[in-house]
Parts: sequence; C-alpha cells; structure tokens
Amino acid sequence: MQLTNRSKVVSNKKMSFAEKMYLPAIVKGMAITLSHLFRKPATISYPEEKRPIAPVYRGKHVLKRDANGAENCTACGLCAVACPAEAITMTAAERKPGEEHLYREEKYAAVYEINMLRCIYCGLCEEACPKEAIFLTPELVPTYLNRSEFIYGKDKLVEPIDKRVDVTQRQKHLTEKKQ
Amino acid sequence: MGLELLIFKAILVLVIFTITLTIAAYSTYGERKIAAFLQDRIGPNRAGPFGLFQPLADGGKMFLKEEIIPANASAFLFVLGPSLAMLTALMTGVVIPWGDTITFQGVEYSLQITDLNIGVLYIFGVVSFGVYGIMIGGWSSNNKFSLLGAIRASAQMISYELAMGLSIVALIMTTGTLSIKEIVDQQATWHWNILYQPLGFLIFMICAFAECNRAPFDLAECETELVGGYHTEYSSMKLGFYLFAEYINMFISSALMASLYFGGYNFPFMNSLGLDQNWVTILGTVVFFGKVFFFIFVFMWIRWTLPRFRYDQLMRLGWQSLIPLAILNILLTGIFTMREELKNWLFN
Repeated sequence: MQLTNRSKVVSNKKMSFAEKMYLPAIVKGMAITLSHLFRKPATISYPEEKRPIAPVYRGKHVLKRDANGAENCTACGLCAVACPAEAITMTAAERKPGEEHLYREEKYAAVYEINMLRCIYCGLCEEACPKEAIFLTPELVPTYLNRSEFIYGKDKLVEPIDKRVDVTQRQKHLTEKKQ
Repeated sequence: MGLELLIFKAILVLVIFTITLTIAAYSTYGERKIAAFLQDRIGPNRAGPFGLFQPLADGGKMFLKEEIIPANASAFLFVLGPSLAMLTALMTGVVIPWGDTITFQGVEYSLQITDLNIGVLYIFGVVSFGVYGIMIGGWSSNNKFSLLGAIRASAQMISYELAMGLSIVALIMTTGTLSIKEIVDQQATWHWNILYQPLGFLIFMICAFAECNRAPFDLAECETELVGGYHTEYSSMKLGFYLFAEYINMFISSALMASLYFGGYNFPFMNSLGLDQNWVTILGTVVFFGKVFFFIFVFMWIRWTLPRFRYDQLMRLGWQSLIPLAILNILLTGIFTMREELKNWLFN
C-alpha cells in the first residue's frame, strides 16, 4: 500500500567521478546557505515582541470577584482536589459579620496559593470550580530568579476591584466544552 | 638603520598587533552573526547597537572567570600551551605585506614589518610550531578527551602541512622567490596567481582550513565527541587564548591566501587611476583588507555549510587525494614552465 507519493527508491549505485569529488555538491550547499543569508529571520525577540496568543489561552490564573466586588471563592477545595500537579493549597476561614462586601458566602479562602512551577496549566481547576471563582487568563507567568517567587498568593491571584479581568471568552469556551 | 625607520617599524608592529587582535575579537562577533543569518536567526543584539560590544563583554567574562588548573595537570606545561598557541598565531603576521610603500618626507616606508627573503618558509616554520601549543595543552591536562583531541589535531596538522607545502612548491616554481613581498609585486594589477594556479589554490585553501582546525576539519575540538577537545580542562583567559589564537590563525591564513593567490594589495587599474603613489598604497591596503574579510567570510560560510569529517575520511582526503593532487600540480607546473626545453629535447 502506498500512502503518499513521496517515497523514494534507495539506490546503492557507484558514485560518478563528479560526485566523488564532492566539489559540485559543496558549491550547491554553499549556494543554499548563502540564499538563507538574505532571508528574513524567524526570530521573535520575546520580551519586546510577543507572539499573538489565543483569547482562550490557558495562562496565569485569576480569582474572580462578583458584581459587588466580593470574592467568589468559598474555599471548597475542589480545585485543589482536581489539580493533577498538586499545585494549589488553601486555608479556609469563616466570614465575620461586616465582611459581606469582601466575601460572597459565609466561608472564604484566607490563604490561596498556586505554585506556578508545579502548575501544568491544564485548566482542570476552573472546570472543577462550582462557584466560577477561578479562571485561566491569556497572561503569561513571567520568570523570576528565585523559586519562592513563583508561589502566587491571593495578592497576585485575586483580581483588583478597579482592574477587573475579562474572562467572558474563557467562560463561553468552558460552557461549550461541558455540553 | 635610521632612527626614523626604527620608530616607524615600532609603530607599525604596534598597529598591526592591535589590528590583528581587533579583527580576531570581531571575528567572534562576525562568526556568531553570520551563523545566525545563515540559520535565519538574528544573533547577538543585546550588548550595544547590533550587539557590537559583544566581543568586549565576552573578553571581560573570560578575564573574570575562575582560573582552574586541574590537580593532576602539570602546571608549567598547562600554562605554556595557550601561551605558545597565542605566540605562534601572532608571529606569522610579521612577513605579510599589508601594503605597498608610503613616501613620507622623502623617505620610503614599506607597510610590511620585515621582508624576509624566506617569508613563505618562515610562515611554514611558525605554523608547524603552532601544533606544539595544542599538543602541550592537551597532554598536560591529563585528561583522555584532551589527549585524544590533541593527538587528532597534531596528526591532522602534520598530514595537511605536507599537501600545503607541496601546493606552495608549485607556486614558488612559477614565481621563483620565497619572499612574500616579491610574490605580491609579481601579481601587479590583475595578474593574480589564482589565474595560473587554480588547483594549487584549492589545495592550499583546503589545507588552510585543516591547519586552522576549522570546520569541516574541527576534529580537534569537536564538541559532540570530545567535550571540547584539547581545551576541555581550560578555563578563564587561558581558554580565551586558545579560542583567540584560532581566530588569529584564521585571519592570518586569509591574509596569506589573499597575498599569495589573490594579488595582495594589487587591484586592477591601480596604475591607470592617475593617483599619487601614497594614495594608491592606502587604497591597496583597503583592497587587501577587503580580500581578507572576504576569505574570513568564506571560512565562516563553509563552517555553517559542511558537516565535520570522520577521522578516516580526513586522513584519506589528506594522504590519498590532496598530496597526489599537489604532486600532479607540481608536475604540470614544471611541464608548463619548461615547455620550450622539453620541445627541444623531444623533437631534436
């Protein structure tokens, strides 16, 4: 059976004198490399220049707030259970009276940490989340000089009230995936 | 020898020393840039505009690295190796004619440090001395990889020196002199030796690649097989000396190829421009460096085109192809120069 017509019959024929000299082949090879000298480089100078990223790219996580600015997360721990890399840890706490504007439900995550070196960006945490609290964003995690800096706490994960992160595309993508 | 001449020669030595080092340093930059362009990349571009300060950064790094002499290495020879490599690399520049004569206040100054009447022989002597730098470095490291690299390098250099010498013999038969200055002067305007000795030039160029341990003959330091070859154990500026010596050798062999086969500082129509002799000399020097840079580019171009030889292929090419070809070249040159005498001897 032949799948493509690209197959070639290998021959063991003796090389001719011109082939044995290798010089024509060397000149041909040098012409090929010289033609590359005038080609546009394929390099993307990363920090200055960025490759376009899909709007539903799975990058750095964000912990969402609701419309009133209260945190969605109830520290149920389903994301930590779903995480195949065991990158997520959290400590739950009870909401005190008067903190209703901070946390949506009676329980919240006092500590919520993701180790970005362990995370494999699979997106299972957002699929497991019953409260639509965690989402992956197209933003990339930068590099640091120290391993401890890769452990992201709530300070880096919870979206700022005045700078909401738009996750509608990712939400749509997830609901389509679940159907 | 007048005092002016002494001062002039001292300045010339200093200038050529500086130029050689600068060109060697910027060859590393050129090598990386050309390699990048040939592979559709950009190359070093962080240090300064277009990465032009990269050689300075590399040199600074070399000086600041920790200097290690292995416990089992013989310390004296370990230091002697790179020093010898650097010394022999710098010594060859003495007999290269970098330009014609310049007349200054009625006195003629030659832009060649010294015009030895055995210039070609001198270069060969120094180049064969250069193998000691590599051999001593590899031996004194007390490391199997280094020793293997050094043995490969010395065997390769000795093998290819033969073919190189034989290819030069044919050239000397046509020019009748060993002085490089005279050889260059004989190639006035466009009578370049490449037109009379194309086969000789090809052999010479291949051997020059082998002598410089450049790809495709870089078996002495092949990273994929021998870690780093003879300089595996070297660090800091001692390693820098080895790498630097390689680039200086490349520059000097380019200069040698340009002056022996491509007319040196001669260029077509140099005498019909109607310019002052000093201007022609300066222009000739510029042209000479243009030729040298072209050959340096060819060195790099070849490196990023051809894969490395296998050791048996290397030896077969040297002993079974290049040496017979060089002898054939000598024979043909001899027949050509003696054609009148041969005709008389055969038909009388």
